[in-house]
Amino acid sequence: MTKVYVVGIGQTPVREHWDRSARDLAVSSVLEAIEQAGVEKADAIYVGNALSGEVAGQEHLAALVADFAGMAGTEAVRIEAAGASGAAAVRMGCLAVASGLQEVVIVTGVEKMSDLTGPAVEEALVTATDEEYEAIHGLSLVALNALLMRRYIYEHHVERSDFAHFSINAHKNASNNEYAMFRRPITVDAFVNARMIADPISLLDSAPVADGAASLVLCSEKVVGERANSAVEIVASAAATDAMALHDRGNPLFLQGVYESAQRAYAQAGIGPEDIDLFELHDAFTIMGALSLEGCGFASEGEGVRLGIDGEIALEGRIPISTMGGLKGRGHPVGATGVYQVVELVQQLRGEAGANQVDGRLGMAQSIGGSGATVVTHILKSP
Amino acid sequence: MSLARHWRLQNQRYRLLGVQCEDCGARLFPRRQVCPRCKSQNLQRYQFGGEGKVYSHTVVYDAPAGYEGFVPYIGALVELEEGPLIAAQLTDVDIDDVQIGMPVEMVTRRLRQYGEDGLIVYGYKFRPKLKEAP
Repeated sequence: MTKVYVVGIGQTPVREHWDRSARDLAVSSVLEAIEQAGVEKADAIYVGNALSGEVAGQEHLAALVADFAGMAGTEAVRIEAAGASGAAAVRMGCLAVASGLQEVVIVTGVEKMSDLTGPAVEEALVTATDEEYEAIHGLSLVALNALLMRRYIYEHHVERSDFAHFSINAHKNASNNEYAMFRRPITVDAFVNARMIADPISLLDSAPVADGAASLVLCSEKVVGERANSAVEIVASAAATDAMALHDRGNPLFLQGVYESAQRAYAQAGIGPEDIDLFELHDAFTIMGALSLEGCGFASEGEGVRLGIDGEIALEGRIPISTMGGLKGRGHPVGATGVYQVVELVQQLRGEAGANQVDGRLGMAQSIGGSGATVVTHILKSP
Repeated sequence: MSLARHWRLQNQRYRLLGVQCEDCGARLFPRRQVCPRCKSQNLQRYQFGGEGKVYSHTVVYDAPAGYEGFVPYIGALVELEEGPLIAAQLTDVDIDDVQIGMPVEMVTRRLRQYGEDGLIVYGYKFRPKLKEAP
């Protein structure tokens, strides 16, 4: 197996891009990534996207992106795994290169959400759950996370306001990221008084759905050549699944998919959680931040929320998370998010993170699809 | 909206019909073809009694399309007496009176309607368990 390197990154700002479509956003990020990589062609384009059919009536997205990126003829396929679509596309890119079957691949994550508003957004997002046994009961994706949060508060004797620190950290870090959607800090007061979406989850527990695209150019050891000294290496790529529906999990408060996915990644890299210097986790909701920290071994069960309270998730803390804003602050263009996370790790590991720079050698990114049924984890190493 | 898509779930939606694993005894709702616990395919119909208690609950204010008319409504995970959790709405109860651990029982209610003249989907919800008559 050959090693896999990231030699180019590209991203659009995460916004409500009223004037831009999925294809425009994707192509912009692809062009930026291939310019940085200095490559002229790729063996394949893997496009992570969750909802283009639901939102825009546009399936078959990968061929469209290849065409408008000036690469018609190149193999292209779309990868769908709900909120983990982008990360799953990164993994497809890794598999292709590591296998030796492809030398240079482009991975793109793209989502265009702002063409939907209000109830239509919730309707689109809930397609990531068990339609016949969750969604039919009017349980939105937010509601499912709210069920977890209520039970967590009950079992672990914590307060709703204890979760504020995840959002405060995310917004603070987003302030310094020009690509982030919410470039302003928030306070505990604002968090506590925010409008409820599905009690106990409020607007300030939740990542905003938004528009955006991010891209990577991955290549093999052979192609990277002398650039290996300056290229970030992907040292682990792992995925796992769990029962689709919350009600089918033995203990809904322990994300088994998160655990399995992280353990597989640690095993590949030959490390443990104590070796990870920063962690881009799937903070679509504050409860997911806490459960991800626990499932990945950074905290024991019921203690994940403490890492926020104790400041251990801050840039200078023991395990910095959402270092460029995370899903909460940067924004959550659903199927693009997993690629944004890896782009941000590359920025960090190259020392290009500006005011948010973390001193670290190993970064982990993890994306969750639905309420935890798909989990994809990558670990990257600085040059 | 396809009628068959809902009609074929009548045993689940109206009767809480699930399965029991003949090898490890797991009781499962909804029904499956493979037992997630022991991987057996020897699963037989099992009739759930429709009683349980609230495992967790939420009040939905921002609903998916098709459910706006019910807002605010209570979503819950109910732990059935026979073991499994089930996702459903709670009904016939005030938002402020819901608590984790509260005994509930299944009732049949309208789940949603597809448009003004469209299909109405019925199925299970749960209400606070009525006191048994003396």
